Amino acid sequence: MRVPLSWLREYVDLPETETGRDVQAKLVSVGLEVETVEQIGAGLKGPLVVGKVLTIEELEGFKKPIRFCTVDVGTANGTGEPQEIVCGARNFSVGDKVVVVLPGAVLPGDFAIAARKTYGKTSHGMICSTDELGMGDDGTHGIIVLPPEHEVGTDAIELLQLVDEVLDIAVTPDRGYCLSLRGVARETATAYGLPLRDPALLDVPAPNAYGYPVQISDPIGCDRFTARTVTGLQPEARSPIWMQRRLQKAGMRPISLAVDITNYVMLELGQPLHAYDRNRVQGTIGVRRATQGEKLTTLDGTVRVLDAEDLVITDDRGPIGLAGVMGGANTEIADADGEHALTTEVVIEAAHFDAISIARTARRHKLSSEASKRFERGVDPQAAAAAAQRTVDLLVLLAGGTAEAGVTEITAPSAPRTIAMPANHPDRVAGVEYGRETVVRRLQEVGCDVYGQDELIVTVPSWRPDLNEPNDLAEEVIRLEGYENLPSTLPTPPSGRGLTDRQRLHRRIGRALAGAGYVEALSYPFIGDAVLDQLGLAADDARRRTVKLVNPISDEEPALRTTLLPGLLGALRRNDGRGSHDLALFETGLVFRPTGEETPAVRLPVDRRPTDEEIAGLNAALPRQPRRAAVVLAGAREQSGWWGKGTPATWADAVEAARSIAAEAGVEVTVRADQHAPWHPGRCAALYVSVNGEETLFGHAGELHPRVIKALHLPERTCAAEVELDVLERAVDGALQAPRISTFPVATQDVALVVAGDVPAADVERALREGAGELLESLRLFDVFTGEQIGGGNKSLAYALRFRAADRTLTVEEASAARDSAVALAAERTGAVLRGA
Amino acid sequence: MSAPNKSYDPVEVEALKPEEIERLRDEAFAAFAAAGDLDALAQAKTAHTGGTSPLSLANREIGALPPQAKAEAGKRVGQARGAVSKALAARQAELEAERDARVLVEEAVDVTLPYDRVPAGARHPLTTIMERVADVFVAMGYEIAEGPEVEAEWFNFDALNFVPDHPARQMQDTFFVQGTTPDGKVTEGDESGVVLRTHTSPVQARSLLERKPPVYVVCPGRVYRTDELDATHTPVFHQIELLAVDEGLTMADLKGTLDHMVQALFGPDMKTRLRPNFFPFTEPSAEMDMVCYVCRGESVGNPDRPCRTCGSEGWIELGGCGMVNPKVLTACGVDPRKYSGFAFGFGIERMLMFRHNVEDMRDMVEGDVRFTRPFGMEI
Repeated sequence: MRVPLSWLREYVDLPETETGRDVQAKLVSVGLEVETVEQIGAGLKGPLVVGKVLTIEELEGFKKPIRFCTVDVGTANGTGEPQEIVCGARNFSVGDKVVVVLPGAVLPGDFAIAARKTYGKTSHGMICSTDELGMGDDGTHGIIVLPPEHEVGTDAIELLQLVDEVLDIAVTPDRGYCLSLRGVARETATAYGLPLRDPALLDVPAPNAYGYPVQISDPIGCDRFTARTVTGLQPEARSPIWMQRRLQKAGMRPISLAVDITNYVMLELGQPLHAYDRNRVQGTIGVRRATQGEKLTTLDGTVRVLDAEDLVITDDRGPIGLAGVMGGANTEIADADGEHALTTEVVIEAAHFDAISIARTARRHKLSSEASKRFERGVDPQAAAAAAQRTVDLLVLLAGGTAEAGVTEITAPSAPRTIAMPANHPDRVAGVEYGRETVVRRLQEVGCDVYGQDELIVTVPSWRPDLNEPNDLAEEVIRLEGYENLPSTLPTPPSGRGLTDRQRLHRRIGRALAGAGYVEALSYPFIGDAVLDQLGLAADDARRRTVKLVNPISDEEPALRTTLLPGLLGALRRNDGRGSHDLALFETGLVFRPTGEETPAVRLPVDRRPTDEEIAGLNAALPRQPRRAAVVLAGAREQSGWWGKGTPATWADAVEAARSIAAEAGVEVTVRADQHAPWHPGRCAALYVSVNGEETLFGHAGELHPRVIKALHLPERTCAAEVELDVLERAVDGALQAPRISTFPVATQDVALVVAGDVPAADVERALREGAGELLESLRLFDVFTGEQIGGGNKSLAYALRFRAADRTLTVEEASAARDSAVALAAERTGAVLRGA
Repeated sequence: MSAPNKSYDPVEVEALKPEEIERLRDEAFAAFAAAGDLDALAQAKTAHTGGTSPLSLANREIGALPPQAKAEAGKRVGQARGAVSKALAARQAELEAERDARVLVEEAVDVTLPYDRVPAGARHPLTTIMERVADVFVAMGYEIAEGPEVEAEWFNFDALNFVPDHPARQMQDTFFVQGTTPDGKVTEGDESGVVLRTHTSPVQARSLLERKPPVYVVCPGRVYRTDELDATHTPVFHQIELLAVDEGLTMADLKGTLDHMVQALFGPDMKTRLRPNFFPFTEPSAEMDMVCYVCRGESVGNPDRPCRTCGSEGWIELGGCGMVNPKVLTACGVDPRKYSGFAFGFGIERMLMFRHNVEDMRDMVEGDVRFTRPFGMEI
């Protein structure tokens, strides 16, 4: 809502010195969000006067038509002689009244005017357009031609109200009444403690039976309809400058007198109005629901196919307007360049429609109008008659019309709304002792009638449909008393338990990965089929079953991620493209895995707690949303440098990242070779953890498939791991048991075992550990060797075994025996042969 | 058998003459001093203190002397040998120190060499700032609550007093999730009743349903709205939400809690300001601002010292807050006659932008390591 300060002053006697910024601050403190204060005509300086065009000489020989004019500006130029002005516009004739800016003036934008030579003549000033004067677009882009009655030499700054301040207010949905000067003026008056001149306080004739016939078939959709008729309008009458200027400043474009008046009254009182050309309305005006599929061409020229829920205005032919949203073209007021006879008689509609019905219709037809915006947020039903009267008055005054005596007013019965509230309720909400007197006074300022002592009975004003509960009234009191005056106190919550194990685990994992050199990325969860194809997922891969969006940002990515890899690999590629090639990234976040068994979400009531079954029903409508962690790597894991050669990031780093994630939970990972997209079939590890004694898949790690790397334009040998943290949480097995530390000496034994190339090292290690028994303190694989010496296709695994007893120094014989039994079990399980044996 | 030799004269033993002993001693001194390194000193040591050195040989002569002379010569030789071995030790220490100094100099390295063998990792600043804010409240006794990102509309809107078709519901540009009707058709618009949560507030409803009052929780998390990504908008962003429901909570408590938060995050003399606003799930509702932590309001009306953090407004807009609407309490099974509550929520991206002078939203979204790395492990 754009509110010109000069207009606002009509209803509230603000001190002369009060600036737009001052009013802004006051309004903000009572809860109107004044976003900006626009300084209209800032820097404008005269002389700027009304002139009369005396002569026009067309200058020839230039690229565009140029006129050399003489203009009578009276004595404004000091001499009284005609002013010589060169002008490039053509929409004026000899005898027209125009706006002339004289040398010495400054136009908005610091545009200083001086006499200057141009097109072989000297131009002593300019004939002005709306743009040049900062009046906003009037659609013509031409010279302003004033009505002839304005005197030559009149100050145009005053005449055109060129200097003003406009408050731009973002009106919240509960404050529909502030989509009017009347509402903003009421808030302003309260904020300043000044009286309000309510523009809706008009003498309105009582309804009678002679008014235009109206039939309401849906009194819930339309609980009030006022119709007034004005005849004998002078079709050539134009909107006066003051009205045009106010409309422009409020952000509306002047159109024609009748339309401008309805817009003006809507801005003033907040009541949307519609003017029908009486000669184009046939028979009784009706209000009803549309029949499904019925058609209506609205004023914007669009043919609307109506829904059975749409509320329409009709005449004998059918719909003539989409109620509360937009009128129909078939009863439109005709202006001078239309095909119809000029309008001389109008029927004015001032009605009140159901907010939800209007909101649905506006949304259904994607048609948000000034009218629908107001009805959706609630219009004062009591203002309809006054708004109709105001419109009639202006039509009589400005268009020379005659008001017909007939007044139609149809009103569904309604009682004023009352709210019962303990007088100290605002005190209890705020934590401040306002006292009953203050509470009552503030509510009265809002427009409420208040009765009662300790228990107040509050009748809320018709323009405040948002006041329904005691807390609504408390807010009115607290905001008018000033939010800035609220004290600051701290409540004492019961002692908390800190983070949950799960929350601490998630933080630890992030820290562990960052500590290992990984940088966190937070990517968007939107994916499309293309990336799932690029990842090489099989047609029946579970990750292809996605949650889809009705209205995605991009039609290419209409689904939610089922794996973290697409987003994270995207970040890797972006970094690589920007010149960072040694990369290690991680992400933790939800993936969305529909089971296909989701049930439809039921809309539960809100006037009671839903039952546990109802809540479970809602949760069953949601897909599974497990939390995952993923890493991706490319380039060097350890950089080369003066210290020596670096090492490339490999599948082993990816597996290690997964292990370290599990280690944060104190959980050991079992690794097995696997073939799983998008990983390299020979370099893919499946990772398992034990959940309640059962080996459970935790994720995968390794090097990506070369085809995937190519399809996604990733660096060569990109590696990745992805694990499910929800599985990890279930694998956590109580508190860590502290190891017992023996202080006896260690006995070290190295063994090299030759096994077939396809025997997993993990199997050999498991056999060695098991075979070595309790004396084994630790075991470490320190070398892997392949070569002809040990037989082609074989590999030699060299382990360092450390033995130690808790209660004695081991003898060489004891250590050797343990080693031999380890080797024996490895031989039995994996075919391992002691190298050199 | 002859009588003892009365004419025995020690002077007759050349080697034990005092001058001779002195000479031998000085020769040793000179040899040690002349030794330029530890090897030469080792040779000199053998020559002057070894078993065949002149002083050792002289020492052996002492036995042949009569008792009186024996004592004198013994003392003389002993003193000389003592002095020699002392000189040797001194020279030894001297040469060792010289050697050590030389070797340590030779072993010196350029300690200014850079070492970035494994470049440091980092957590995303949105993650760490969210934790930091949450921890302020965890320290006060609040707990962290979580909820799903694909959420039922009832939790995201209805339970929070967003009435169907109310304009407030349209304010939030919602992503709707496709569902299937019982007869297998894909749903359109909002028919499925499932959305990407548009705010962290559904966690309020979930918390109230899952816990018994008093409830004091914070809910950090990811939320979604249908904005295109540009310098100031992103369809995927983060919020943190606070909910307190207890007996007798007031708006003053809300104000105090907000003040405490900005003091914990931005410094002890920070404060907040509330401005009336509208949110369906709070009544009364307010917009909350904090004093600009950079200019402390001193840029207002002071064109010489503009503040780009607050745009010379003096205040920074944080987010929305208010007293929990009793209708929300009712929908979540909490008796509004007994309990009241307050809630607030704000955008994490915004806070990161003004706290760390991030100019472009895209920097927080794209995952560029050059942006994230400097933020390190904590914020």
